[in-house]
Amino acid sequence: MEETKRKKVLVIGVIGADVHAVGNKILYHAFTEAGFEVVNLGVMVSQEEYIAAAIESNADAIVISSLYGQGELDCRGMREKCDEAGLKGIPLLVGGNIVIGKQSFEDVEKRFKAMGFDRVFPPGTPPETTIEALHELLDGKE
Amino acid sequence: MKPVLLIDFGSTYTKVTAVDVEGEAILGTAASYTTIETDINNGLNNALAELEKKCGKLTFTETYACSSAAGGLRMVTSGLVPELTSEAARLASLGAGAKVIKVYSFQLTEDDLDEIRSIKPDIFLLVGGTDGGNTECIVHNAKMLATLSPEFPIVIAGNRTAARECQRILSGCTVYICDNVMPKFGVLNIEPTQKQIRDIFLKRIIQAKGLSHAAALLDDIMMPTPSAVLQAMNLLAQGCEGESGIGDLIAVDVGGATTDVYSIADGMPRQMNTVYKGLPEPFSKRTVEGDIGMRYSIRGIVEAAGIDAVAALSGLSKDRVKELVDYLAVHTDVVPGDDDELEALDYALASLAIETAVSRHAGTIEETYTMMGKTFVQSGKNLTEVKQVIVTGGSLIHTKRTAQIASHAMFDPAKPSSLRPMGAEIRVDRSYIIAAMGLLSAHYPQTALRIMKKELENDGYTEQAHS
Ligand code: B12
Repeated sequence: MEETKRKKVLVIGVIGADVHAVGNKILYHAFTEAGFEVVNLGVMVSQEEYIAAAIESNADAIVISSLYGQGELDCRGMREKCDEAGLKGIPLLVGGNIVIGKQSFEDVEKRFKAMGFDRVFPPGTPPETTIEALHELLDGKE
Repeated sequence: MKPVLLIDFGSTYTKVTAVDVEGEAILGTAASYTTIETDINNGLNNALAELEKKCGKLTFTETYACSSAAGGLRMVTSGLVPELTSEAARLASLGAGAKVIKVYSFQLTEDDLDEIRSIKPDIFLLVGGTDGGNTECIVHNAKMLATLSPEFPIVIAGNRTAARECQRILSGCTVYICDNVMPKFGVLNIEPTQKQIRDIFLKRIIQAKGLSHAAALLDDIMMPTPSAVLQAMNLLAQGCEGESGIGDLIAVDVGGATTDVYSIADGMPRQMNTVYKGLPEPFSKRTVEGDIGMRYSIRGIVEAAGIDAVAALSGLSKDRVKELVDYLAVHTDVVPGDDDELEALDYALASLAIETAVSRHAGTIEETYTMMGKTFVQSGKNLTEVKQVIVTGGSLIHTKRTAQIASHAMFDPAKPSSLRPMGAEIRVDRSYIIAAMGLLSAHYPQTALRIMKKELENDGYTEQAHS
């Protein structure tokens, strides 16, 4: 029954010049366990790579990690590029340590949402929370 | 003695090689000019007469052939994303020995269809989408192709979910379905498609190219010449049961119109601090530089390397280089002979052809700065550890400076991002036997390998490029 349904496809990776590899591996396993088909691009992923992989694999969402503090710069223009590439409305999620130092998360979230991200997560978000959010965004959609 | 005849039907020459498979030796080679206008059999008969003059009358127990006549195996491909499935389709076609005339990405347009109509490919390779991924593009492209009522066969090797639908859309056409060339993101699976392409070549293309008469003489293998070369190079590198290979290698064939490069090596990053980006490349990789060749594509070499480099390497003035290049571009059959100026120019051109073609074939590495030190990003194959370089082509065979020319395939400290060999032995295929050995390897791998080890003449060891 469930088996015959197409698995939802996620494209994940750590954006920019960021080499923090551990969290990415954990997310890959957690999402796979949770029944997603995961295309893992690893670390140091450019916006174009997420988009190319999402087009070929007909992805249902792109999950971006950023740990080293440059997330805001790295994520700029991502939504516009997705639109341009025909990935209109694809859910974009971002998490990790997306900005430097102690900033009010509300502000950060607002800025990322203005950039076109659907969900923005604070540091230390466990994979379970992300998975719940993915179900909310994707379940019932075809 | 057990003589076997190996034939290479080329676009300008038909080459024949006689081998004694018992004595494991080349009995003789001969070549004859062929034109597309004249019957291909004339070329073969003349070459055989020439061979008989050299070796006496031989009764061949087996005959095998490869062909790049009548333009070779001309292919057009379409994929989805340029760096992903389109690239996979291109790599698959090149590795099958095809001449890739055009690679399309995303949805085909009406203009593209006009172009395809005028190209009249021998085979069209239709791909796009990983398995379970995008189907829209390949289905659209199948519909577009169907409007052409194509006579050429179409190989479908894209998203498996869409394969049968594409086949239905193209009913009435000759269609073959293969496994996806990129079943998962970043995973290449090109062998099934390559096998299919070779089968089609055998069944259909040979007839279409007026080779069927000659084919009647042959036993069984008939493949595109580059495919025979790739098989020979695989065997030479990896060996076979009972005979070891020489290890990872690069082979370069500098021709009049194109320069082909082959690499048999894994080439993935060795260091922990190196991240690989882009599509992993096939272990046996072939590239063709259509703009790099000693005569028909002479201007392409000058354009790619710059006239200053040609002048500096040849020792000729820029004006003289221009004059001679203009002359040779028209008089494509001129060889240097005893002319010192032409020898110097051909030396420079061949060196730069090798440098350009191998640089395009090899991977690159970039250094990125992070606060905790350096990280490297590699794309394409790292060939720095390759220890064997095999060269062929008129400009490398008919010169005393083979090793010097070949050294331009090497790593260049001035261009450290290009991952070419640090130091390698140079071997020359002076009697053009590589394709023949590829053919022979299908039934006599040990013999073919031992002959290659003997015949590919060692021309010294080269460290890195010229300064
Ligand atoms: C190990 C480490 C490194 C290693 C990384 C080795 C490797 N290849 O993986 C090295 C030494 C290379 C390194 C380098 C740097 N690091 Co560092 N590093 C760490 C450290 C100590 C642990 C990271 C880790 O593996 N955590 C364990 C994993 C499981 O957790 P995680 O990565 O956070 O991922 C989880 C969550 O964030 C979340 N998550 C991740 N992505 C997403 C996405 C979504 C959508 C959601 C919902 C959740 C989510 O789920 C993951 C799994 O549970 C952290 C501090 C820390 N304790 O977190 C600093 C830290 C990340 N590094 C930091 C910095 C500044 C750097 C450097 C810039 C300089 C430096 N000081 O060394 C360089 C940058 C190099 C580069 N180009 O990327 C800062 C980032 C500061 C910021 N963002 O404000 C941190 C937070 C340390 C600090 N407190 O200053 N680092």
